[in-house]
Amino acid sequence: MIRELKQGVLFTAVTLVLFGGVYHVVFWAIGRVAFPAQAEGSLIRRADGTIVGSRLIGQKFTGPEYFLPRPSAVDYNAASTGGTNYGPSNPDHLKAVRERLDAVTRQEGIAPGQVPSEMVTASGAGLDPHIPPNAAERQARRVALTRGVPVERVRDLIQQHTEGPTFGFLGRARVDVLDLNLALDESLGSSTQPAATTAPRATDGR
Amino acid sequence: MMLEFLAVTVAILFTIATSIPLGRYMARVFTGERTWLDPVLGPIGRLILRVSGVDPNLQQDWKQYSVSLVVSNIFMWLATWTIVTLQQYLPLNPDGIANMEPTLAFNSVSSFTTNTNLQHYSGETGLSYLSQMGFATFLQFLTAATGIAACIAVIRGIGGNRLQHVGNFYVDVTHAAVRVLLPLAFVVGVVLLWQGSPMTFEPAARATTLEGSEQTIARGVVAPMVAIKQLGTNGGGYFGPNSTHPYENPTPVSNFAEQWSILVIPMAMVWTLGHMVRRRRLAVVVFATMLALYIPMVTFAVAMDARGNPAISAMGVDQSTGSMEGKEVRFGSGLSALWSVSTTVTSNGSVTAMHDSLTPLGGRSILKKKRLNNIFGGVGVGFINMLIFIIVAVFVAGMMIGRTPEFLGKKVEAKEMKLASLALLWHPLSILVGTAIACYIWATTADPNTTLGWLKNPGPHGFSEMLYEWSSATANNGSGFEGLGDNTPFWNIGTGVAMLLGRYIPIVAPLALAGMLGAKPASPETAGSLRADSATFGFTLWAVVVILGLLMFMPVAVLGPIAEHLALR
Repeated sequence: MIRELKQGVLFTAVTLVLFGGVYHVVFWAIGRVAFPAQAEGSLIRRADGTIVGSRLIGQKFTGPEYFLPRPSAVDYNAASTGGTNYGPSNPDHLKAVRERLDAVTRQEGIAPGQVPSEMVTASGAGLDPHIPPNAAERQARRVALTRGVPVERVRDLIQQHTEGPTFGFLGRARVDVLDLNLALDESLGSSTQPAATTAPRATDGR
Repeated sequence: MMLEFLAVTVAILFTIATSIPLGRYMARVFTGERTWLDPVLGPIGRLILRVSGVDPNLQQDWKQYSVSLVVSNIFMWLATWTIVTLQQYLPLNPDGIANMEPTLAFNSVSSFTTNTNLQHYSGETGLSYLSQMGFATFLQFLTAATGIAACIAVIRGIGGNRLQHVGNFYVDVTHAAVRVLLPLAFVVGVVLLWQGSPMTFEPAARATTLEGSEQTIARGVVAPMVAIKQLGTNGGGYFGPNSTHPYENPTPVSNFAEQWSILVIPMAMVWTLGHMVRRRRLAVVVFATMLALYIPMVTFAVAMDARGNPAISAMGVDQSTGSMEGKEVRFGSGLSALWSVSTTVTSNGSVTAMHDSLTPLGGRSILKKKRLNNIFGGVGVGFINMLIFIIVAVFVAGMMIGRTPEFLGKKVEAKEMKLASLALLWHPLSILVGTAIACYIWATTADPNTTLGWLKNPGPHGFSEMLYEWSSATANNGSGFEGLGDNTPFWNIGTGVAMLLGRYIPIVAPLALAGMLGAKPASPETAGSLRADSATFGFTLWAVVVILGLLMFMPVAVLGPIAEHLALR
């Protein structure tokens, strides 16, 4: 029995070091050498080195000069994530969807039938960085109007930033909202109506 | 819709195709043959055994094997419980995570030791980097390896002829961890890292968004953990929302790799059985039976969720891409539904969409599979469950044709049937009694919403949430309808105990059964013996699984998901 216990202790100790330590250090080394950008979280930095966000993590946008992301149960808080966990029949859920739908139809001036369901439902992690291309298309008119540029230029940008399904069949066509908004600021200049947001503009890409 | 089914079909076919060589490789590993990875992995395995003081030539009978299994698991439990309850004082905690509260730690550690990975905490706020490594990743490797080892021992017993020993637990578990899981996790982990899953010891990133507000982005040692989370059918996510989180599952390519990882070892295990008992046809029959249970469920779930939520369609919203609440744009509803089914049939429990938000019948089919835990099943343990169903099917078939039931030439007698029944009936007993107690407490508490505050969703859906939690704990699955407010002492301790019993009873009872069967002499097959490797037997097996499943759980399914579906119409 003593032998049995001793084996149990030693086995736990040695496997703990190997699978709970050495294993990770090997991956850390591979990340440093082969995938440094991905290993630190695909961060996007400004010229001065400050971090704008991550290409993979959705962030909150409210201003009319930007494309808006999907609704988020955690308000794009990337330190404590989650979905709504609403069941499909939950009255609170249906009420929230109804309110979002009213807000979207009013803001974009479109009929409910033109609103893709992605714009009124929250994602699982609350950090979905993407919207489908048709959801970007529905916002193009408002963004162009706010920025005072022809809508064709905004549509071109959407097209440039649309990623098709991987290998043509895996997943969905999508637009990364942060990428698209960065491109907006870079190629079309900052909004002409900054009053829409309280925060100062912080783009360096003019 | 067509695109969805194409992607789903390719994913399933690719997994089946790769499971065949993997099954052969695993059979070689566990019968002690040399493999091409030995020069790299051999020394690691020998190091582990030498340090532990294990004599690799020593053979154990089923009792000694079970003792070693349980003893090693107890020490793993103690070591990791210590880590999480003291994580605040230990290194590698750049974000200053506090110590885990003891009842929550009891639940979490029991959950990971039993390969359940039910999580009542959220990784980014509940675990330090050291805990993610030394607690989560470590147990995800070792408990999956424990399950594989137990399954291999059961297979040896079933295929044995006057067998005294079922193997050496420490040798099997080391082989499973080092020579099966480690190389696969390495490949999958590198793919994830390449696709964008982070691997850093730096603290959370602080970003100033385009609109000028602050965003703190939690990250850490994600890629290597997610790889083994999927391969070991553990399912415990690095972050709270699991593989819906873009850092755990950044792209459709990573999703493909993770989806593959969920199913490939459970599928390969069937081929390993065929090689080890030298009955390739038996493996084909069992595999086909499992597919015949799995494919209809996938088709059904994909079709249900592709139709969208009728209540949202009623508002006029364009739901041409399916029901998207709780789902990610990059995957769409089809791949999400495939994942939901796969994660559940393997008792993996990771999610790529929030199960609480699936359409009710989509959710129901998931519940049903979870309780069966045998269609492919969790790494090792799920297949043990399937073997038990095979024994039951043999027994039923034997009774129907009036012959002594025999499996692989050995008589199945009353003693074996009692052990098989214990292993099978434990799950419904624990799930139904647990749910009944929870309902009773809820119903007899005055103003339960404020005093208990468990349920986020009212009515039948709330009932489903409680049922799902007990099912998930007992079947060692680990996913949840997360609307349940489950971090309370009642749920922490209750489901903690359910997980421990739901893991070790269905491991030790089959080990005993296999030990007894293995000790019997195998008589050669005659024209009169029941052939287990025929299509007729495959159908019998399929029917036994479906009928037993319906008998055990149909009544509660009517109260929960089916009632909700009818209310939504």
